[in-house]
Amino acid sequence: MVERTPFLNFFTHLILFVGFVLCIAPFVVVAVAASHNLRDVNDVPMSLLPGSDFWTNIKTAWTTADLGPKLLNSFVMAAGVAAGKVIISALTAFSIVYFRYPGRTFIFWLIFVTLMLPLEVRIVPTYAVVANVLSPYQTILDITGLSWLIGKISGVEVSLSLGLLNSYTGLILPLIATATGTFLYRQFFLTVPDELTEAARMDGAGALRFFIDILLPLSRNNMAALGTIMFLWAWNQYLWPLLITTDQSHATAVTELKQLIPNVGGIPEWNIAMAGTLIVMLPPLIVVVLMQRWFVRGLIATEK
Amino acid sequence: MEKRVTFASWTIGILFAVPQLLLIFTFFYWPAGQAVYWSLTLQQPWGGGNIWVGLDNFRSILANAVYWNSITASLVFAGISTGLAMFVALVLAALTDRQLAGSRFYRVVLIWPYGIAAPALAMAFRFILAPEAGFMAVVNQVWPGFWDPGLDGADAMASIIIAFSWKYVGYNFIFFLAAFQAIPRSLIEAAAMDGSGVMRRFWDIQFPLITPTIFFLLVINITESFQDSFGIVDIMTSGGPANATNLMVYKIYSDGFKGLDYSGAAAQSIILMLLIVVLTIFQFRFIERRVHYR
Repeated sequence: MVERTPFLNFFTHLILFVGFVLCIAPFVVVAVAASHNLRDVNDVPMSLLPGSDFWTNIKTAWTTADLGPKLLNSFVMAAGVAAGKVIISALTAFSIVYFRYPGRTFIFWLIFVTLMLPLEVRIVPTYAVVANVLSPYQTILDITGLSWLIGKISGVEVSLSLGLLNSYTGLILPLIATATGTFLYRQFFLTVPDELTEAARMDGAGALRFFIDILLPLSRNNMAALGTIMFLWAWNQYLWPLLITTDQSHATAVTELKQLIPNVGGIPEWNIAMAGTLIVMLPPLIVVVLMQRWFVRGLIATEK
Repeated sequence: MEKRVTFASWTIGILFAVPQLLLIFTFFYWPAGQAVYWSLTLQQPWGGGNIWVGLDNFRSILANAVYWNSITASLVFAGISTGLAMFVALVLAALTDRQLAGSRFYRVVLIWPYGIAAPALAMAFRFILAPEAGFMAVVNQVWPGFWDPGLDGADAMASIIIAFSWKYVGYNFIFFLAAFQAIPRSLIEAAAMDGSGVMRRFWDIQFPLITPTIFFLLVINITESFQDSFGIVDIMTSGGPANATNLMVYKIYSDGFKGLDYSGAAAQSIILMLLIVVLTIFQFRFIERRVHYR
């Protein structure tokens, strides 16, 4: 740094080290507790030296909470949300930035408003929509009298019904229905020089060709950042999967954690519970460690 | 900002926006409208019609002491956890930004907590803070009955605050560090040449320059404390003891899906939406002000 400050430097190292310990301690405790047997884990104070039952506990947690298929579900959901966001946000941002059609500003605000109200605050009605995803359209047809008209003309009674509870589609689609990624792309598209568009048009490229051959390759960094951040976000979702997966076969790893603790008042088998926790927290942690650059970049870019 | 060069075709342009518009109509606007409708009617849980009741749902909720208790708990939770998470992150980021030996290492490690799912870290903290095993048990051996989140509401609130703050220290750290590093080095060096010490430089140069980030994080942390707390509450306390940690989103969930009171839950959703919208408007005003900074 600029000057010599031995006293302050000592303090800096001290505080940062304390911060580091506090940050890392829960990980260590979880890992160590997962390696004890039931008696040792309930020892007061618990020994911080690893025990010998690590693999047994991991196996027990794995089978109790049926984590194999659940991790796969989590992975499918997270990858689906990440891919969906990356694709759909790019399409929308392209439409908003590169075209001038009437109502464009209106559409822009329509999408922007979705940033304000996260899924958590509108869970009850969203649940009802997902139970029959076509119900909005049915209601519209009923109210406008169109279903009566169709019934008269064709003799077919209109009753649209498509339940998405306990399906990957139901897990994924509502999580994509926000604007997080759209604005990341929008900001980036605005920085792409106009000369590029002009040159492409002069060479005879249409909108579609320009989008696929020029804009998308240029956005690769943004896609990696957005994909990383959305993958983590979706993997860590809890309330939504908890609600719509009434059937065990589509539950995710994060919601299954609750299987490892008994109902209110009971004392869990902590060594098993911690082994399960370790398994569930590991995949996102690996993503953060490996994709740190994209993670930080995506976070800062999507939120601002 | 607008593009000078654009494509002429309206149809292609609108087609590109259609997927997202369909999604947000089906899963955002319709449910949001539905929530408003439900909050004004009495909804039968198993279907079978509904009765228009006007603002009765809101009246009965706002007359309910349990609901006010939930609002208070949410605000206490939001206030303390935001303050704690931001203060700790600010100190750590400022010190990491001094770039002494090892700072690169801290930069990597201190953001890990943000990657962890709320329920998973809640599980870890439930064990660490359990009164009968783990680490608070040691304290309980010295002072029996000192700590029991299962019985004492304040202890339970402290537990969820600690768990939430731990995660968001990682989040805030990322933004604070980015803000500190965006300050030109030459500015700090010039101030040092003029003889100002580290603390003076912090208060007179760095702190004023990161105020936009501070306000931004303030709003985000408060908003997130309303949403991301659900998993923590559900795993650690289930809203107890005696509703001490029954935060707003958790109450909507338990009233709507456990108590099958759709109308009441919808009215609560509307109130929560309004609260968040007010906070967001605050954020917008702030962002506008921020633009003048540069």
